[in-house]
Amino acid sequence: MPLIEYREALNQAFAEEIERDPNVVLIGEEVAQYDGAYKVTRGLWKKYGDKRVVDTPISEAAFIGMGVGASMLGLRPVMELMFWSFATVAYDQIINNAGQIRYMSGGLINCPIVIRGPANGGTNVGATHSHTPENWLAAIPGLKVVSAANAYDAKGLMKTAIRDNDPVMFMENTLLYGEKYEVPEGEYLIPLGVADIKREGTDVTLVSHGRAVLTALKAAEILAAEHDISCEVVDLRSIRPLDEETVLASVRKTHRAVLVDENKPFCGVSAQISSMIMEQAFDDLDAPVGRVCSLDAPAIYSPAVEPFQLPTPDRIIRKVKEIC
Amino acid sequence: MPKSAATSVDFAAAPVNATLSKEDKLGLLRSMVRIRRFELQAAKIYNAGKMGGFLHLYNGQESVAVGATSLMGDNDHVITAYRNHGHALAVGMSMNECMAELYGKATGCSKGKGGSMHFFAPDKNYWGGHGIVAGQTPLGLGLAFGLKYKGLTGAAMCFLGDGAVNQGCFYESLNMAALFGLPVIYIIENNKYSMGTSLERSSVVDKCLAQRAEAFKIDWAQADGEDVYEVRAVTQKAIDRAHKESKPTVIEFDTYRYYGHSVADAKHKGGYRKEEEIEKYKKEHDPIQLFKSHLIAEKILSEEQFEAIDAEEKAGAAAASEFAEESPAPTEAAIFEDVYFEVDRQTEAGRTGRHFFNN
Ligand SMILES: Cc1ncc(C[n+]2csc(CCOP(=O)(O)OP(=O)(O)O)c2C)c(N)n1
Ligand SMILES: [Mg+2]
Repeated sequence: MPLIEYREALNQAFAEEIERDPNVVLIGEEVAQYDGAYKVTRGLWKKYGDKRVVDTPISEAAFIGMGVGASMLGLRPVMELMFWSFATVAYDQIINNAGQIRYMSGGLINCPIVIRGPANGGTNVGATHSHTPENWLAAIPGLKVVSAANAYDAKGLMKTAIRDNDPVMFMENTLLYGEKYEVPEGEYLIPLGVADIKREGTDVTLVSHGRAVLTALKAAEILAAEHDISCEVVDLRSIRPLDEETVLASVRKTHRAVLVDENKPFCGVSAQISSMIMEQAFDDLDAPVGRVCSLDAPAIYSPAVEPFQLPTPDRIIRKVKEIC
Repeated sequence: MPKSAATSVDFAAAPVNATLSKEDKLGLLRSMVRIRRFELQAAKIYNAGKMGGFLHLYNGQESVAVGATSLMGDNDHVITAYRNHGHALAVGMSMNECMAELYGKATGCSKGKGGSMHFFAPDKNYWGGHGIVAGQTPLGLGLAFGLKYKGLTGAAMCFLGDGAVNQGCFYESLNMAALFGLPVIYIIENNKYSMGTSLERSSVVDKCLAQRAEAFKIDWAQADGEDVYEVRAVTQKAIDRAHKESKPTVIEFDTYRYYGHSVADAKHKGGYRKEEEIEKYKKEHDPIQLFKSHLIAEKILSEEQFEAIDAEEKAGAAAASEFAEESPAPTEAAIFEDVYFEVDRQTEAGRTGRHFFNN
């Protein structure tokens, strides 16, 4: 299987869906002529032209709202936010319009939009550019939220997201765009709501999503090699809908769970997972559920310090050893 | 297109410039040179991997920040976007504190917490340094509201880019500025590009961007930003309007950035803009060279004096780098400082209830 970059996998997903469905249109700042701020849409404007790949002014509220409106008429807009952090400018459109229109119309109106872009800290771009809003968005019934940890998942999930008839918020990561992973040549889809076991293990379950999955895998390697602890790493992939069964089955097997989450701890995705495990697998637990989140403060700029604000293998190892 | 040096000479005679002393004029020049030298040093350390994040350089635009902020009185305030090194140095922030901020050191103006896009100095009426495009425009409105509310005679100068004018909050702010009669001055620095997008591809333009103010019955002006005298003359009118009538103004200055959108923007040269275009601006419209020529023509500066100023500021920038290198990084504990006033001060409010949720 060819090894390709995460950004290239997404690019393939867009190209394939553009070719497959005339209603798919890519819209955002710098996505066309500039090939995207992070080159995720490289070459697509050249190949598919102005109609299918559209540059916008810096007007997030208007262009995200435009995508929502167009989706009501049956288009399948794939909207790029240069950073998910800029969603704050378009929040009303996302939360009140994309999120509520189907319900408030009694199911008469659908909103098959994808809103996508990077949502991560760790690149020293400061507090306003480092938000991880998957938990904010997953808190809204009506919205779906997806987070891909590698190129294979990114492509399969993106194609599904584009075909999905509900609004899907797709979380990418600037630190993953250049990461390579095996991606098959033929078409494949990954359903939303299906988690993936990225590493099998017996002693403790690490539950994670996005780049934190890679951090958890690193910790799992060290724990196996140096501490004789076998970790099972579950990648949620999709946060809403959530594959509760895969997480619960793993916890029932290992009897312990540590949740690794680049969200801030307060009502982060891991808080929801923790509550679910407590409610549904309490009797299977041999220890309290532990969490390793981003440190609870705005993202610090300092390149010397910011790496420690995100979950690190070290912090995961310490937490695992506390309960194993 | 911007005019040549010869045609803008008139602005030297504008009252606000005619009253400048020789020292004042040399000060304006030095301020621009300092910004240029600071940023050339910043580019060096960025490329050497000594700072993180983004670096948006202001090279080519120095006359706008220096000209406008040089008019500030005690109750005049400034706020701008992420391309903010020029404004910060122009209001008198030191190269040391600014450079240390780029390095992410505890001695930086924001203690290493903000980085290149987020310099602040409220003691100098300088309110940042804002990374979300146009996010500062309602804040500028708010500074003006505060001034009026407190009964102070002042103005809030709010800088924004030609790309930022297409954010809704800017127009909401214009409407309120006119409706409430607020002394805010929006200064559009039109450097013709927002990232890789030319003005023509981002905005519908009739005469110019500032003209959009007409829709709100706000006075506006368009002018060359390359001549520091012109910037001062045009901005002073807006300040007078703010001070005397408590009314807003929108000014658009034509200007140009020599570097890419950020240092990581490799595509700018020969990509979305022609190399000849950049060279033309550098050669014919450089604010420092233009002002230098003015001052030489006015016989208050010699070539040697200019070289001396340049050498001093270059040395200052290098020294700032040394200062930053030797400074300590913030501690990990500092991550949790400066989040809440009440917690920092350990007031009763700060000691009541849980504020941070690390386990
Ligand atoms: C809300 C928001 N959208 C997008 C961006 C990304 N971005 C940063 S600067 C910029 C271009 C702004 O151009 P302009 O206003 O002309 O200012 P200039 O960079 O030329 O100084 C963009 C798109 C952002 N920081 N915030
Ligand atoms: Mg611009």
